Amino acid sequence: MNKQLRLNDIPPGQKAKVISMQATGPMGRRLLDLGLVDGSVVECLGRSPCGDPTAFLIRGAAIALRSEDSSSILVAPI
Amino acid sequence: MGLANTAPTGPVIALAGNPNVGKSTIFNNLTGLKQHTGNWPGKTVGIAKGHCRIGARDYTIVDLPGTYSLMPHSAEEEVARDFICSQEPDMVVVVCDASRLERSLILSLQTMELCKSVIICINLMDEAARKGIHINMSLLSSRLGAPVIGVSGRNKKSLGALTSLIASAPPPHRPMRFKGSDDTHRAVATVHKAEEICRGAVVCTKGEYSTFDRRMDRILTSRSAGYPIMLLLLAFIFWLTIIGANYPSQLLTALFDKGQELLSRLFDNLGAPPWIKGVLLDGVYRVLTWVVAVMLPPMAIFFPLFTLLEDAGYLPRIAYNLDRPFKRCCACGKQALCMAMGFGCNAVGITGSRIIDSPRERALAVITNSFVPCNGRFPTLILVISMFFAGSSASPLSALLLTLAITLSVAMTFAATKLLSMTLLKGEPSSFALELPPYRRPQIGKVIIRSIFDRTFFVLGRAVSVAAPAGLIIWLMANVNIGGLSLLSHCAGFLEPFARLMGLDGVILMAFILGFPANETVIPIIIMAYTAEGSLLELGADSLRQLLISNGWTWSTAVSMIIFTLFHWPCSTSLITAYKETHSRKWTIVVALLPTLVGILLCMLFTFAVKLFT
Repeated sequence: MNKQLRLNDIPPGQKAKVISMQATGPMGRRLLDLGLVDGSVVECLGRSPCGDPTAFLIRGAAIALRSEDSSSILVAPI
Repeated sequence: MGLANTAPTGPVIALAGNPNVGKSTIFNNLTGLKQHTGNWPGKTVGIAKGHCRIGARDYTIVDLPGTYSLMPHSAEEEVARDFICSQEPDMVVVVCDASRLERSLILSLQTMELCKSVIICINLMDEAARKGIHINMSLLSSRLGAPVIGVSGRNKKSLGALTSLIASAPPPHRPMRFKGSDDTHRAVATVHKAEEICRGAVVCTKGEYSTFDRRMDRILTSRSAGYPIMLLLLAFIFWLTIIGANYPSQLLTALFDKGQELLSRLFDNLGAPPWIKGVLLDGVYRVLTWVVAVMLPPMAIFFPLFTLLEDAGYLPRIAYNLDRPFKRCCACGKQALCMAMGFGCNAVGITGSRIIDSPRERALAVITNSFVPCNGRFPTLILVISMFFAGSSASPLSALLLTLAITLSVAMTFAATKLLSMTLLKGEPSSFALELPPYRRPQIGKVIIRSIFDRTFFVLGRAVSVAAPAGLIIWLMANVNIGGLSLLSHCAGFLEPFARLMGLDGVILMAFILGFPANETVIPIIIMAYTAEGSLLELGADSLRQLLISNGWTWSTAVSMIIFTLFHWPCSTSLITAYKETHSRKWTIVVALLPTLVGILLCMLFTFAVKLFT
């Protein structure tokens, strides 16, 4: 069993599997629309010049998320 | 909204899809560019309609704004949902991205829940093929229970299969309903269904996100190079604009001067009274040709260049790079996109703010949009900079100084956003999810030709409808005397004391007021006013500079002019747009007042500082 991390903690280049989505409200829905559910695989692509937001590869699309939003997603690095 | 005002011909086909799937390209190729998607190609704001003839039948094609979901979060998504739900189109074509099929299918499944007749059109097949993605169309179709077709929207011919599928009017698909106790559960079920449908039907042999995109992102959004590249690109575009505009501008000026000579002789031969010649030639003709000769070339060059950047996928990276600074101002990085659109046209930037989900952050984007100079203000900036600071317009120094001016305007955008967040629009920054589309080779030829024509006609239209009347009015003002002084001198004299405080003069301030319908006319009105009493005929760059200097311009007047060009009331079109977007008089007044106050204040501070040190 891999250890659990928050999505904002994984470094660029690292892939991870979503264990639990804890975002609620509009952001939770937005992430769902983008196809992010428990079990989805995401990859950290890189960070913007100021270190935040971070771009993630979600179902083939590069999506930029702020750390306060991505911290609500629990993942296990793979 | 909707189709109520024009009777649709034939069945109504709606195009739905995620943002950045090339929906508008398909739309344009289907309707043969007969419609107008707005000033900013590549971005559908609101609903675009067009007509298409397939076989012997006419169809109305409706291009909906790009959405991720039919559960709306933003104003743009609401437009799409409302159309599908209330207008009941005869058929919905869901345009999908072959490289991001799972996600595209989420929207497809949601659409199939709402509509009886749906075609799934998988676009960007060429791009997917390059990425090593193989799609089994017939398997997808049988699993979905709806017709599926693959196209490459940029290639007109490949759309033939889509049009014949539309014409064949496929039977309604199996009704679809996702079970779940609430919206969230149903949404999760939809995602799993999309996943299930793609399993085995979509095979990806290479990486999902291309190495090219990764490499580009690593450079363009890197910690060290991200911001410098942004500035360099901007400066490069300005430089191209200035260099490129120079020659056509000179040519047109020479041509119009010849025209004026000929017309003048014609009027003399016809024995026309001097006032008719004055009104038509010195008034209308002069201002109109000025706008065309001096304002049009830079606009017609800058606009397509900027569109190319958007087409290539760079603008979302600007929003990505600038999100953090905007968040500091309690705003959203997508505001950077609206800001970038504002460089083209503030009215478009204001409408473009619909992409922002939170109403508070949207209001911030609307109010601060005119802090960046639009296309109509660039030529004024270029002219003043090259006359007073760079020596000649061809020098790279002009581009550099212009970039500096733009940096100032961006800085003020941040300051104004911050100020509003602390006062009128208090609140926390909301959540943010921004898609960074893959880099695409822009359709250079098409973009250039289309937007040059677009700009040219737009500016010509405005020149006739706004510059010509402005020329008429200003000539009359300069030549109608009351109590021994012209009306113009009266007005300018009235404004003079206040304008002096700002380092300008009464004529300049009045030109800005008269330029309210179109900022392009400010400089021509100033010239008109200065030359109204004397008569200066040929107007090269040198004689223009002489004219301004003989009317008391110094380098500090030029700086004040630049500041006030950057920050003053938005043009009438932008204000009307702001009213339409905010539905509020109060906010529209703020849109007009805030930049004006900032401009007046900055000009006064600058003038005061100059007086102090000289």
